[in-house]
Amino acid sequence: MKISKIRDLLEADVLCGEELLDRDVHAACGSDMMSDVLAYVKDQAVLLTGLVNSQVIRTAEMMDMVCVVFVRSKRPTPEMIEIAKESGIVLLACAKRMYEACGTLYTNGLNGAKV
Amino acid sequence: MSESLNFHYDVDGENFVSAGQASVELKKMLRRLGLPPDTIRRLSIAMYEGEINMVIHAGGGAADVEVYEDKVVIRLVDHGPGIADVELAMQEGYSTATDSVRSLGFGAGMGLPNMKRYTDEMSIDSVVGEGTTITMTVYINQ
Repeated sequence: MKISKIRDLLEADVLCGEELLDRDVHAACGSDMMSDVLAYVKDQAVLLTGLVNSQVIRTAEMMDMVCVVFVRSKRPTPEMIEIAKESGIVLLACAKRMYEACGTLYTNGLNGAKV
Repeated sequence: MSESLNFHYDVDGENFVSAGQASVELKKMLRRLGLPPDTIRRLSIAMYEGEINMVIHAGGGAADVEVYEDKVVIRLVDHGPGIADVELAMQEGYSTATDSVRSLGFGAGMGLPNMKRYTDEMSIDSVVGEGTTITMTVYINQ
């Protein structure tokens, strides 16, 4: 699934990384607990989260993720957007809650990871 | 033993926002050295967890990284409170982190287990009241 399709499905705003919307991603995960993301994630390229602090972007960066989606109308700080730009990570923000956002992507073919 | 490339990183214990900076630098450096992506990811995550731990628990510390032809060794040294029961600390889900740390998305008791999970060898040398040294090794092309 292209990141642009994620944007469309979630009716999300693009906060940075417009030029990367064409990238293909194959799996996603949703969590507010970065420790768990670091523990269980393998090849997911997309992180959905309601947590807002700079460690969300750092975690995505360490996991080689390419896109972070903030749910529940959360907005990252300018500093976070700056870190994401430097790291080549697309930031999206949508109003949907975590459950609905994950479900929407899943039913449209974006899977979780193979455990 | 072949010669190693050595790198030193200081971890600022005062600032949660900037935590992870050393891991970012390490990751960039490993990429420049052309290590396999999977090896880079494992080392980066282990270093990042260690860095977060040093910020949360120990008021910062330092990391020394040695890159050999066949392996990378990360040594994390802090002068924090030490770990009273290492075996207990290694259990998934056990954490002494505060609620404020949890609200930041950490403190799930996964840090040390993750560091072990992503590295080939890990040893913890800790003295209560003096500090903790963690040594992690990842072999290249394994």
